[in-house]
Amino acid sequence: MSTKQFLFSGFGGQGILFAGKFLAYKGLIENKQVSWLPSYGPEMRGGTASCSVIVSDEPVGSPIVSNPDMLIAMNLPSLDRYEDAVVPGGVIFADSTLIERKVKRDDVTVYYIPATRLASENGTPTLANMIIVGKILKVLGEFSDEAVRAALGKVVSAKHADMLEVNLNAMKLGADYE
Amino acid sequence: MADKVLMKGNEAIAEAAIIAGCRHYFGYPITPQTEVAAYMAKKMPKIGGCFLQAESEIAAINMVYGVSSAGKRVMTSSSSPGISLKGEGLSYLAGSDLPALVVNVQRGGPGLGGIQPSQSDYFQATRGGGHGDYHMIVLAPASVQEMAELTVKGFDLADKYRMTSMILADGTMGQMMEPVSLDFDIKPAPEKPWATTGTKLEREHNIVNSLSLVPEELEMLNIKRYERYKIVEESETMYEEYMVDDADIVIAAFGIAARVSKNAVNEARKQGIKAGLIRPITLWPFPKAPFEKAVEHANAFISVELSMGQMIEDVKLATSCKVPVTLCNRVGGMIPSPEQVLKSIIEVNNGGVK
Amino acid sequence: MAVVFDKPHALIDVPLHYCPGCTHGIIHRLVAEVIDELGIEGKTIGIAPVGCSVMAYNYFNCDMIEAAHGRAPAVATGVKRADPENHIVFTYQGDGDLASIGMAETVHAAARNENITVIFINNAIYGMTGGQMAPTSLPGQVTQTSPYGRDTKHCGFPIKVCEMLSELEGPEYLERVTVNSVKNIRTAKKAIKKAFQNQIDGKGFSLVEVISSCPTNWGMTPQAALKWIDDKMIPYYPLGVYKDRSAEKEAE
Repeated sequence: MSTKQFLFSGFGGQGILFAGKFLAYKGLIENKQVSWLPSYGPEMRGGTASCSVIVSDEPVGSPIVSNPDMLIAMNLPSLDRYEDAVVPGGVIFADSTLIERKVKRDDVTVYYIPATRLASENGTPTLANMIIVGKILKVLGEFSDEAVRAALGKVVSAKHADMLEVNLNAMKLGADYE
Repeated sequence: MADKVLMKGNEAIAEAAIIAGCRHYFGYPITPQTEVAAYMAKKMPKIGGCFLQAESEIAAINMVYGVSSAGKRVMTSSSSPGISLKGEGLSYLAGSDLPALVVNVQRGGPGLGGIQPSQSDYFQATRGGGHGDYHMIVLAPASVQEMAELTVKGFDLADKYRMTSMILADGTMGQMMEPVSLDFDIKPAPEKPWATTGTKLEREHNIVNSLSLVPEELEMLNIKRYERYKIVEESETMYEEYMVDDADIVIAAFGIAARVSKNAVNEARKQGIKAGLIRPITLWPFPKAPFEKAVEHANAFISVELSMGQMIEDVKLATSCKVPVTLCNRVGGMIPSPEQVLKSIIEVNNGGVK
Repeated sequence: MAVVFDKPHALIDVPLHYCPGCTHGIIHRLVAEVIDELGIEGKTIGIAPVGCSVMAYNYFNCDMIEAAHGRAPAVATGVKRADPENHIVFTYQGDGDLASIGMAETVHAAARNENITVIFINNAIYGMTGGQMAPTSLPGQVTQTSPYGRDTKHCGFPIKVCEMLSELEGPEYLERVTVNSVKNIRTAKKAIKKAFQNQIDGKGFSLVEVISSCPTNWGMTPQAALKWIDDKMIPYYPLGVYKDRSAEKEAE
């Protein structure tokens, strides 16, 4: 597929925008065309946060993802709101710690990952987002330490260089979760 | 080519301005352009520049007026309600023939409106915004790369023609991140012998002024200014054409609306409808030529806008109303979807909309 | 023959457009003399916004900028910051300009201790537009827009700019003077010179409020107007230094 459209959604503070940024940077490093568009405004604190990420071999047209190939739902309101928008044959990643219900559709592939619980058990409660990103890369067949490290190097500031390995480990947790 | 970096549109504007030699920025907080000010606040002190948060939009544009009078590159940025406040200053800048760069990252209006993307300041930007006969060069970026490129270009044009260049973006362009190359060919700013930098007792005093109480003189000033505008119209118009050559239906759209429309054009082509897109990059001067050419083969035009229909008037003028021009729009912070634009194309193709 | 009296170099030798008896001419001259004495004409940029003195650009020999109504302190901020080492910047503003439409610009330039010099002409009336009530018009003062006298119950009280700004931490120097007698003119010139010297020394925002007359719009002879300053204006707007940070520091 030449174009992949991702929609990340969850609570403000769950690292939704950061997760999207990571994927965008990974695409950039791999010479893809990318765009990243956040929701913005007062609702960002504590309310819903979402961002559209497009990774493509061709120039990106509209940067707004209304029908994602991949939906990352990190809380119940996000799944409620966007489940029907996913393209038929698309993929939904759901944080099953915070979303108790199952996806209703049967024309999409669903991965339930208890990301918030895994993150907490791992001692990195703020990295549920990256656990799911690890799973996404695994599903896409794009998980490799080198690629991940390179992209993390772009989004983790030099000040917090120690966070690079921590993020990588969280992503491995997600990638290995069955 | 230098490495591309991911940047927000607002940040790309700020960085490009610095690269273009701008060392003075004045602004006042307003969503969704705040990143421009934040970026400048961080960067300017480190490079010997001046970032100052003004007490109001009005003060900010007048500080711009001051620096510009002193012959230096200077900018301010804001969003719709703030631009209204700057209207007075924009008129004075024009009346005194001062160069400046002003950024409007538009949000929904009128009044306080909302904070989501909009293009409803098209009239304000292209028709003036302040009082009196004048124009600004209005540049409409449709990517983060263009946010940067048009900022550099904006400074060049402003200096060249002693006009205000306005970047007319929207919340989406300001907030989105895309890869940007900041590898620019920077031309030095032209000499400004008119600037008020102190006579050093070596020349007659310079006066920066927009007051002219003798009607005959003020008339001549206006006529001369419009002669300059005419040169801008003839030599600085910019646009992009996409699949227009054989198009039956031509979309006119700028900024984010053009991005959405491109998707719709691609989809229409897949369905066998010959659709195309003209994307004005300069909104003033408006690129009439591609429309005059397209109207010879197109059956209809669709203006796709995030407003109640403002650019559509220029599309009608440029096509001399020879074929129908319809509007496809969302407002208030909503953005038309590619599906909505495609639906418009199909309806027009079926002759369903007149 | 020895020349005993001449125009300052900083003033262009053209007739002024001001009404007979108006004190703008005196104040222009004082500013120009100070510019001459300090030897700063070549680096001075003056800013005259809307008001009677809007055409001051025709009178001062230094570079001049005409600014929008009330915005001179903001424009001055820009000019000063464009080249802080080499620009000496002054504004020349009336009371409507400085204390009404441009109050925000005035207060914030003072609060920032912007290193500029402000010459504030307070004649308690809008002169250029034909004599309307100003923010500094006295209680009971008859103007075109307060034909029954300024009613403070209806439109409030005059603003005492020096007193108000003196409450701010920011400004360096605030003094109120007048030019209705030779003695007062001498004091006024000293104040104006200090306000420019402060800028040269990098001390910051210096404002001289000059109580002025407007015989035309006050409806008086020039002499009666000068007397009215003594009788009515000065009791309401006492002359003196309202803030002088450097002097205060030295005293400590």
